[in-house]
Amino acid sequence: MSFGASNSIRKALFLTSAKEAAGKPSGPAVTRAKLANGLEIIVIPDHRAPVVTHMIWYRNGSADDPLGKSGIAHFLEHLMFKGTKAYPQGQFSELIAGLGGQENAFTANDYTAYFQRTAKEHLDICMRYEADRMKNLVLTEEIVGPERDVVLEERRMRTDSDPSEQLNEAVQAALFTQHPYGRPIIGWAHEIESLSRADALDYYERFYTPENAIVVVAGDVCAADVIGLAEKNYGPLQARGERPKQFRPREPVPRAHRLVTLADEKVEQPLHQSVFLVPSYRTAAPGGAEALEVLAHLLGGGPTSLLFKTLAVDQKLAVSAGAHYQGTAVDDTRFYVFAVPAPGVSLERIDGSIDAVIARVAAQGVNEADFLRAKNRLIAEAVYAQDNQATLARWYGASLASGLSVEDVQRWPERIEAVTPSDVSKAALWLDKRRSVTGFLLPAGQKAPPGSIDAIESIAL
Amino acid sequence: MTALAADETPSRASAVQKVISKSGIEAWLVEDYAVPLIAVEFAFKGGAAQDPLGKPGTATLLSGLLDEGAGSYDSESFHRALDEDAIEMSFSAERDALIGRMQTLSRNADRAFALLRLAVTEPRFDSEPFERVMGQIAAGLKREANDPEFVAGRAFRALAYPDHPYGQPLRGDLAALPAITRANLADMRAAMFARDNLKISAVGAIGAAALARYVEEVFGSLPEKAFLNPVAPAPFLGMGMRKVIEIGVPQSAIRFGREGLARKDPDFMAAMVVNHILGGGIFSARLFREVREKRGLAYSVYSRLVTHDHAAMLAGGTSTKNERAAESIAVIEQEISDLAKEGPAQDELDKAKKYLIGSYPLRFDTSTKIAGQLTSLQTEGFGVEYLDDRNRLIAAVTLEDARRAAKRLLGDGKLLVTVAGQPEAL
Repeated sequence: MSFGASNSIRKALFLTSAKEAAGKPSGPAVTRAKLANGLEIIVIPDHRAPVVTHMIWYRNGSADDPLGKSGIAHFLEHLMFKGTKAYPQGQFSELIAGLGGQENAFTANDYTAYFQRTAKEHLDICMRYEADRMKNLVLTEEIVGPERDVVLEERRMRTDSDPSEQLNEAVQAALFTQHPYGRPIIGWAHEIESLSRADALDYYERFYTPENAIVVVAGDVCAADVIGLAEKNYGPLQARGERPKQFRPREPVPRAHRLVTLADEKVEQPLHQSVFLVPSYRTAAPGGAEALEVLAHLLGGGPTSLLFKTLAVDQKLAVSAGAHYQGTAVDDTRFYVFAVPAPGVSLERIDGSIDAVIARVAAQGVNEADFLRAKNRLIAEAVYAQDNQATLARWYGASLASGLSVEDVQRWPERIEAVTPSDVSKAALWLDKRRSVTGFLLPAGQKAPPGSIDAIESIAL
Repeated sequence: MTALAADETPSRASAVQKVISKSGIEAWLVEDYAVPLIAVEFAFKGGAAQDPLGKPGTATLLSGLLDEGAGSYDSESFHRALDEDAIEMSFSAERDALIGRMQTLSRNADRAFALLRLAVTEPRFDSEPFERVMGQIAAGLKREANDPEFVAGRAFRALAYPDHPYGQPLRGDLAALPAITRANLADMRAAMFARDNLKISAVGAIGAAALARYVEEVFGSLPEKAFLNPVAPAPFLGMGMRKVIEIGVPQSAIRFGREGLARKDPDFMAAMVVNHILGGGIFSARLFREVREKRGLAYSVYSRLVTHDHAAMLAGGTSTKNERAAESIAVIEQEISDLAKEGPAQDELDKAKKYLIGSYPLRFDTSTKIAGQLTSLQTEGFGVEYLDDRNRLIAAVTLEDARRAAKRLLGDGKLLVTVAGQPEAL
């Protein structure tokens, strides 16, 4: 029952190089089907081991929490383990453990997913249970109360005891002025405290429907068998007629850079991060998200990247630096740049150096050899992913739950291959300081000196 | 891989080939061509237990520098070479071994093994990457300095194994870090990287003959014998002791534990089942039920058996708001004492055994997981046949065995407890 943090970014999968694929999607032969009630099914064969990964993805996450009820998606995810009439509390968990199976769930901005991993012959019982708890969840006050305390302890563990997590929350809240991505997945503590059994049931009623669900099965299975089992178990669920409505207000074009600082006596290592509002795979113009992906790798994908080389190796201002594009998202999303300063180096100095690296890419373009290496590396990741059925299931599930298609996933390496150096320079224009929030994590007593950065707004904590 | 994850027939062990290189180095191989990848994992026995006196973190720093320049490559050109062919290579220090991992597309195998040879046999320890990696480790230690989970964990280790390498922090500490020199790293590598303490596993699209050649190429030039410092047996101390470290946070991180059973102890399998019942199972464990589900005291609560070459412990942890930390500890102590006295119920025992047996195949469904399983079997001193014996040994655990193991493992129920936070009434 962890929540999927900000979740993994890259989707994709497939094999050899995209050039060899020549227009035909490659990788595992993925099958897609849809039941009459709207439930979608994706089957990913992997016959190397006689095990199966069964996941059900609901296309709702923390970004669909009603105003004032932040954390309800995640709270309900916990409560979904509390049993049904047919399988009262704990019974399914016992049953699945008795079969040597593992289960868990996670909540992210755009989706909530539940999974079991078992020997392949137990797929039927996993489906029977997931179908059952899609409509027959039983919640009592005696169950809801202690579980709310568990979630509050989860929040204390992840966030309330960790200044860098508190800064992250403040940075996200500043970046998204009205879009719900700005609210923490786990919820604000004071709102979690007020979540009730009725809130959970209302939310459940609204979102846990066959039209809103995607079942992903990866493993030693054949597609026809899986679809047959899905028909038998999920088929009888009543369709609601349409998918649940979502309300996702769009962000205005950001025009002011924001600096958020947090100084705390527990901080001994300062940190720098900048987060830019950028398009996602769902919202970008064709090729735009792929260019951002390549840009993130060039800028900050490991020890050969521009930020690492410039800040950590050449200038010795930082001990580490990187970048990361959170491309899989329904709405406009985040591009992260971060650095860990060397002792005695101010965050303002780091900030100036990062700005210069980004400006250079936008103005002068990228080195051809670096560019090709970045693309090859990204494409190879899709091959590595094939070694792990659980990874494949998560990539397909996250992509589809974020509004992408099976073809989008399968052709991702080809689209990365098609990115040009000028696409990358253009993508760097998104990293306009005015579109970003910078976060400074500082030891107690330190403040960002006024005027050292074009800070227009700051949040004191 | 199919056979490896299969239940009884054909046997798991039969899927593993023993490959011997020209100079006699053994590697375990599982051939599988479904995905065009090769995964390799190897271990040099020794690890952080070999850190020089007063220099904890030496093995960690060594592992951090092996891919930072080797042979004619400086740090940057080495990383670039790895990147060009999308070769994944990493090293890490564990308590009793230094582990290397490599993954490559099979078409780049020549290049990958050539670079691995350089990292293992000719690392440069240049001053630029040395200073930089040292800085990264120091930054990591500073980030953890007031993190309650880390603080409680470090205090727990230090009190359990004072004056022993197992009580030292694996990644070093800020005060001692600057004392580590490049010569320390070179000396440790020279003493630890040898053929007689090396265990290798490979999985994926590669045949036995090719693997034998690569193993010889990478490791053949190493000295025959390692020179390791003897490590004394480390009894678990501090049982019955409680230590609180004050940090200004709303939640207390709690670590608890006591002496465990050695990996080769005849009751180890029974103890593993008992631990599963206590705090090893996610949703089924007694601690999960009592601490989390019934009382809402914590998000995470667990116990596990930890075995090193010269020590063994039962160790667990949880995190509870300061106001209820004492209650959490009391519940955990009660559960441990009950299980020690009564042992598990037959029904609990059956369920735990079923889970442990039935979930074994899930450890063998990716190349990297298989390579890891095979390497840890080898470092623990088991043969290939253990892959088939393991489930039979669990199936053979009787209620009497479990009761005996519970008594031995949990004994008088006395725990070493460390707490970081501002716990009330402790």
